[in-house]
Amino acid sequence: MNKFSVVQEIEKDFFRKDELPEFRPGDTVAVHIKVVDVKEDPKTKKLLRKERTQRFQGVVIRRRGSGLNETFTVRKVSYGIGIERTFPLHSDVVQKIEVIRRGKVRRAKLYYLRNRQGKAARIKERRD
Amino acid sequence: MMGLIGRKLGMTQIPTEDGSMTAVTVIEVGPCTVLGEKTPDKDGYAALKLGFGEVSPKKLNRPQLFEILKTLLDEKEVEELKQKKGAELYRALKEKGIKLPALKISEFRVDPSELGKFQSGKEITVADVFSEGEKVDVTGTTKGRGFQGVVKRWGFSGGPKTHGSKFHRRPGSIGQHTDPGRVWKGKKMAGHMGDRRVTVKNLQVIKVYPDKHIILVKGSVPGARGSIVLVKKANPKEGKKL
Repeated sequence: MNKFSVVQEIEKDFFRKDELPEFRPGDTVAVHIKVVDVKEDPKTKKLLRKERTQRFQGVVIRRRGSGLNETFTVRKVSYGIGIERTFPLHSDVVQKIEVIRRGKVRRAKLYYLRNRQGKAARIKERRD
Repeated sequence: MMGLIGRKLGMTQIPTEDGSMTAVTVIEVGPCTVLGEKTPDKDGYAALKLGFGEVSPKKLNRPQLFEILKTLLDEKEVEELKQKKGAELYRALKEKGIKLPALKISEFRVDPSELGKFQSGKEITVADVFSEGEKVDVTGTTKGRGFQGVVKRWGFSGGPKTHGSKFHRRPGSIGQHTDPGRVWKGKKMAGHMGDRRVTVKNLQVIKVYPDKHIILVKGSVPGARGSIVLVKKANPKEGKKL
């Protein structure tokens, strides 16, 4: 075995244990994000960790990297302001991904959506 | 035991608890063979001589070869081998299946009380020395960059590239006038960069794989992939408290 393929073997240990659904750029997804709030308890003065789940729904505009290094970016328009968030695919911040709608697009990186609004930013649904 | 010799295998990133990714270096550490010891009585300090990485007997000269063989075999076997020379000797070593752990030999200071625990020829593995969460110092040889100017070597800003400037990547003035009439020692100038022994201190051991002889260390480590590094336990007095 190649000495350096050991690094790839090690990476496999840190892959996420659960399966994520298949999704591509152009798909509309809802990402369930783990959010940790740290709050000081007024009585005991101890820091309390509280976990909750947030939903971030939008269009996948990019998937990049491979293996442990893979990330994807979700874009949504909220109150007229475009918001993009990039998540590492193997991070446990991403608890779940729901594929809401599959989109038919002709490129891998949908950066052109940043310059479009409303009707022009529509994506056709993929049926296959 | 304070440290082991290893080989840098490369870098990757792993997810942390808070969901972000952190850069780690994968280091193959040991197994190292004890090739001798230094005792306070004889040498004035206590240390173990460790060897790492297989090397062909042809790469060593005869005195080096027998110094190592003495620690691995008993006296009778060494005497037998001493009768042999050249190809005959190499063949005999091959038949006995002797592996020479001498790609890199280094001394590691130990507590005098620990000296008795490690006999010559004994292998020390990662699990004997390092545990997860511990801090280590890693020493390696940085990548050689050859002769470099002051901009790359010392981070000088250089001059403007355009607008008629004729002062691009030069160092500028290197001193004063007749007083002192010379250039200060240690003045940052162009010269050879890299290929230098560097120690990175207080790196956290994220994970230990005892059967693969591998540790993951947070952050980067000097040297190229495949280069030899020395991994030692960090001095608890240095660095931030956990």
